[in-house]
Amino acid sequence: MTKSETDRARAMGLLARAPAALLEQLYPDLPAHTLLRGPEIGTVMVRGRQGGTGAPFNLGEMTATRCTVRLGCGTVGHAHVQGRERTHARRAAVLDALLQTDQAAALSESVLAPLQRTEATRRDTRAAKAAATRVEFFTLVRGED
Amino acid sequence: MYVAVKGGEQAIDNAHAFLAEERRGDPAVAELSIDQIREQLSLAVNRVMAEGSLYDPDLAALAIKQARGDMIEAIFLIRAYRTTLPRLGQSRPIDTGAMAAIRRVSATYKDLPGGQVLGPTFDYTHRLIDFALMADGEAPQAPTAAPHGAMPRVSGLLDAEGLVEAEPFSNTEPPDLTRTPMELPANRALRLQALARGDEGFLLSLAYSSQRGFGRTHPFVGELRIGEVMVELDIPELGFSVEIGAITVTECETVNQFNGSKTQPPQFTRGYGLVFGQSERKAISMSLVDRALRWEELGEEDTGAPVQDAEFVLMHADNIQATGFLEHIKLPHYVDFQSELELVRQMRAGASEHQEAAP
Repeated sequence: MTKSETDRARAMGLLARAPAALLEQLYPDLPAHTLLRGPEIGTVMVRGRQGGTGAPFNLGEMTATRCTVRLGCGTVGHAHVQGRERTHARRAAVLDALLQTDQAAALSESVLAPLQRTEATRRDTRAAKAAATRVEFFTLVRGED
Repeated sequence: MYVAVKGGEQAIDNAHAFLAEERRGDPAVAELSIDQIREQLSLAVNRVMAEGSLYDPDLAALAIKQARGDMIEAIFLIRAYRTTLPRLGQSRPIDTGAMAAIRRVSATYKDLPGGQVLGPTFDYTHRLIDFALMADGEAPQAPTAAPHGAMPRVSGLLDAEGLVEAEPFSNTEPPDLTRTPMELPANRALRLQALARGDEGFLLSLAYSSQRGFGRTHPFVGELRIGEVMVELDIPELGFSVEIGAITVTECETVNQFNGSKTQPPQFTRGYGLVFGQSERKAISMSLVDRALRWEELGEEDTGAPVQDAEFVLMHADNIQATGFLEHIKLPHYVDFQSELELVRQMRAGASEHQEAAP
């Protein structure tokens, strides 16, 4: 994967995993665009590995929505997002397209950065609560020498 | 004689109206919202997602409401909905080693890297009814602490010494029972898929039967972990993959005593459980059943225990198939029964003629 692909994949992931309401709040009004595909609700089969590290098996599906759009300038944007929110997939696809234009820097600041912070805060909070339940063992000294 | 019978439309409509009213209960009591079910009955939601085999907490919460809390009915609704959706793709196998764990315990090692993290567990509660929950209280707040480092797999620690059987890495395309009906013999990948969506109660009972001696496998819970993992999907249009979602799963790895066989040195063997959501009873059960079903490949004896019988386990683990076949017998069988009634009457008449004819 090239650097630009890595950046795009990271941005698409943030847009996909964002709570739909938060994304709408951060970027409410979409510019003119044409729908090329979808938004279409479907499923993704989630796979695991035997023993966690061995051969793959099918664990079960999750809902996902995909959408492809084209902006007036011709840039194509794409999204696969978790869940069944069509507007979420559409907004994510438009933002994916815009992030390939000269608006990328501004949108990284106004949309991606807050999404990144929100996700990190949520994760850190849960990790900190889990850490507080870590068992500290005390060694009892027995009476023998 | 066959008589076609029609009718009952009005009765059915009224029955459904009555159902809707009963579902709502006393209108003086506030109606449940989907958000409330998702947030406050989350383990019920998890079970519906696991056995419905579709990860979508809002949808599972809605199904629970619609089914009036009947879990199998809710799972049925999820399975039916799933069939209406196109398959957009399959994820790369989730990396449970990179899980953001909220719970991680090992029954085999006291001190292990990353430690014993209890998380939001019922363990060590006194199982006394908490009447305080009847009153509206302030939202509880859990304490926090600085997180510790990585949590390497317990099986990895044993593997480094060669004391546990290897789990060969591969990217073999697994069979999918939602695409091709399950056929026996089923390989381990297919068995794990069937178990992951199987009925929790059925798997619990089978696992318990193995603990009581019907196909015993001497399991230890090497590691149990619950937490969030990323779901990474290859996007063919773009030629790279994206972490499109995050899901909570429960993973259980058991290590089991094994004396060795003609081909295998004495070492520990593995059972594996992986379930959507927080569901450790199911994950442990799955792990025990998975291990028991591996008797043949490990060269163990077939003791005839139910848990060792792949057909018995796999063909009866699905509660939707089971309830469909079981409950259909309450639907009209008037014609079937009429013919049997006729037959029994004839036989009785024949028998009494025979008796009268006898001297």
